[in-house]
Amino acid sequence: MNDQLVSMITQLVMEKMEKSTGSQTPEIAATPTEQPLIKFYDTVENRSSGTTEAIATSQEPLIQLYQHGAPQQVTTVTSATFEQPVNDAVPIKPFQFEAGSLSESVQAAKKHTPARIGVGRAGTRPKTKTWLKFRLDHAAAVDAVYGEVTEDLLQKLDVFQVTTKVTDKEEYITRPDLGRRLSEESKALIQQKCKPQPKVQIIISNGLSASAIEENVQDVYLALQQSLSNLNIDIGTTFYIDKGRVALMDEIGELLQAEVIVYLIGERPGLVSAESMSAYLCYKPRIGTVEAERMVISNIHKGGIPPLEAGAYLGTVVEKILRYQASGVELVAKEG
Amino acid sequence: MNLSVIFGGEKYNFKSLKDVMAKANEEKSGDQLAGIAAETVQQRIAAKAVLSELLVKDIRENPLVPQENDEVSRIIEGDINEQIYGEIKNWSIEQLREYILSNDTGDRELKRLSKGMNSEIIAAVTKLMSNLDLVHAANKVEILSTCNITIGQKGTLSSRLQPNHPTDNIDGIIASLKEGLSYGIGDAVIGINPVDDSVESVKKVLTATKEFINDWSIPTQNCVLAHITTQMKAIKQGAPADMIFQSIAGTEIANRSFGISADLIREAEELIKKQGTGTGPNLFYFETGQGSELSAEAHMGIDQVTLESRNYGFARHFNPYIVNTVVGFIGPEYLYNNKQVIRAGLEDHFMGKMHGIPMGVDICYTNHIKADQNDVEDLSVLLTAAGVNFIIAAPMGDDVMLNYQSMSFHDVATLLQTFGKKPAPEYLAWLEKMGIYENGRLSARAGDLSIFER
Repeated sequence: MNDQLVSMITQLVMEKMEKSTGSQTPEIAATPTEQPLIKFYDTVENRSSGTTEAIATSQEPLIQLYQHGAPQQVTTVTSATFEQPVNDAVPIKPFQFEAGSLSESVQAAKKHTPARIGVGRAGTRPKTKTWLKFRLDHAAAVDAVYGEVTEDLLQKLDVFQVTTKVTDKEEYITRPDLGRRLSEESKALIQQKCKPQPKVQIIISNGLSASAIEENVQDVYLALQQSLSNLNIDIGTTFYIDKGRVALMDEIGELLQAEVIVYLIGERPGLVSAESMSAYLCYKPRIGTVEAERMVISNIHKGGIPPLEAGAYLGTVVEKILRYQASGVELVAKEG
Repeated sequence: MNLSVIFGGEKYNFKSLKDVMAKANEEKSGDQLAGIAAETVQQRIAAKAVLSELLVKDIRENPLVPQENDEVSRIIEGDINEQIYGEIKNWSIEQLREYILSNDTGDRELKRLSKGMNSEIIAAVTKLMSNLDLVHAANKVEILSTCNITIGQKGTLSSRLQPNHPTDNIDGIIASLKEGLSYGIGDAVIGINPVDDSVESVKKVLTATKEFINDWSIPTQNCVLAHITTQMKAIKQGAPADMIFQSIAGTEIANRSFGISADLIREAEELIKKQGTGTGPNLFYFETGQGSELSAEAHMGIDQVTLESRNYGFARHFNPYIVNTVVGFIGPEYLYNNKQVIRAGLEDHFMGKMHGIPMGVDICYTNHIKADQNDVEDLSVLLTAAGVNFIIAAPMGDDVMLNYQSMSFHDVATLLQTFGKKPAPEYLAWLEKMGIYENGRLSARAGDLSIFER
């Protein structure tokens, strides 16, 4: 890939954003290695504070943020069987996950990865705090599965919403076939509102994590639009799909006769981040397209591939797909 | 072929062999999604009863996927030893089960039997096995395989060290690699799933891991789990790869959806033999998992246990170094909860061993499935008892790239110590030399990644 072009476009995008937003400059994406490292990306804390800003811009690992997080809004969860009134005289402290002092080399190693390394052991087993932290993060990820994107975001993006044949969460999970098909009303709506035969059709869906879309889609979408515009590539009418599956792009490609589809979708929440988004790309997706023809840029989030950079990069991938008239394994073959 | 039975005062008719095979499965959400699962628990048991009285030849002579339509079927059938098949073709599936479980049947007998069975026969007997049957029978078989070192010996449990990183950052990968090595992980392979499936990125990761292995004289092997075509390009450009990885499936159409064919794998075989850095003779790493054919809409109305078994029939043709099912990864639409994941893990491991392949398991779960770390710990105990060749481990079981949880470095060390097992012999000797193991278990220093600082 052309790294220079990617960084050039990223630069252009950022300049443009600075102009349009004035002092409200969004956090500028650095290259992944230069990113302030988010060691334990704590989704619980993140949601209760209502913003990721504090986490994303901090140089401190979240373990410490968690301790300092007490003055922020704390949601009280009381067990239904809790019988005694809380004794106000005893202050309730945030749980300390700090596992004790670490050697210099362990600290240095931890700077390079969000993986749970340098955690020590109790016999052959994990330490108690490490174990509890892991269980808490899993609990947060489980609770973050599904969710819906806010009306507010859809308005900001200026996109309309369509639905699949899925009716509820449980059905979304157990019936992928229904998430790969549009509802009848939605088909009509798309045909009515969208520009037919677009060069590039961008679509967005919550998938398994609405918070992934909430956190990343604005930056990615803006950078992608900018990148495509710089490359003189025409974009169709973007829309949002509630509870879509990846292969839904085939039906949409068929319906609109799109040349390339870029599909931004929320990934299954992980422990490091419940806010990771993927971008799937495919040349002429149609009913019956095989998986090997799709391409994916995954791990788009602040601790992975930064959203602005991802958007700019996607533009160059689209350009390449159009040039070779192929995607996925086919593209690899044609590239030689 | 009799497909009806009166059972508990009720008459059950099954439409076809395909129907009996599907309905005889333990409950799986994937079979339900495909619309082929038993509708009641009694119907499930009735199907098992019908299946138990079918003959081995009934299954082979009524192919679920005819050879003329499917290269996976052709490969499986082409590998059958007709002499051995002839000895068992008139057995019922009931007899086959009891032969496998008999105290007179050991490693040598099962390996011989293996050569006479196609994948559907192995799937059929699996459907009559309880979970403990699957553990007990699989544990009789010892399958050795050799890339740079030999793994699979009785009394050993090997592991794949999976130091993935969300941006393929080399320092990050090496940091997790050091941590894993310090717990004695990584004798099966040091295998990285790349975020970026480009040739450049694959070369970079292969080179960095190989350099680290050479620097510390580690008796193991490396692998980057990109698409086979990407790995082949990287190798042609000089990247050091000890083996070639690929995800496979149980039908030709599903394989095509993965962008592979038997010819492509043969081409890769030629390449890795000539240009690979691994000694061999076993130079392939395959991954499988129940439900992938259905996911690719290439299941042909066949149940996911039978299709999974066909993966192993396809795999054994290429004499792999390691094969593993990624048992809880695919999602709740195929394996709904802990119970289904545990069952599938035991089935897959048993079916792999019955095919004579070096079978491992990625014992794992995603965050949208009804399972947690306790459930995979349960399965890891069962599989260790079943003599699994290797399992996969990531830091604290949390894969920060693939966003799912597998076993931890701690878990592998714990299983070894609890069961009195060891890593592969050549690797154990290196661990002792490095001071990571002492008296056959973790030393006081183990678990400290600064062991790998000079």
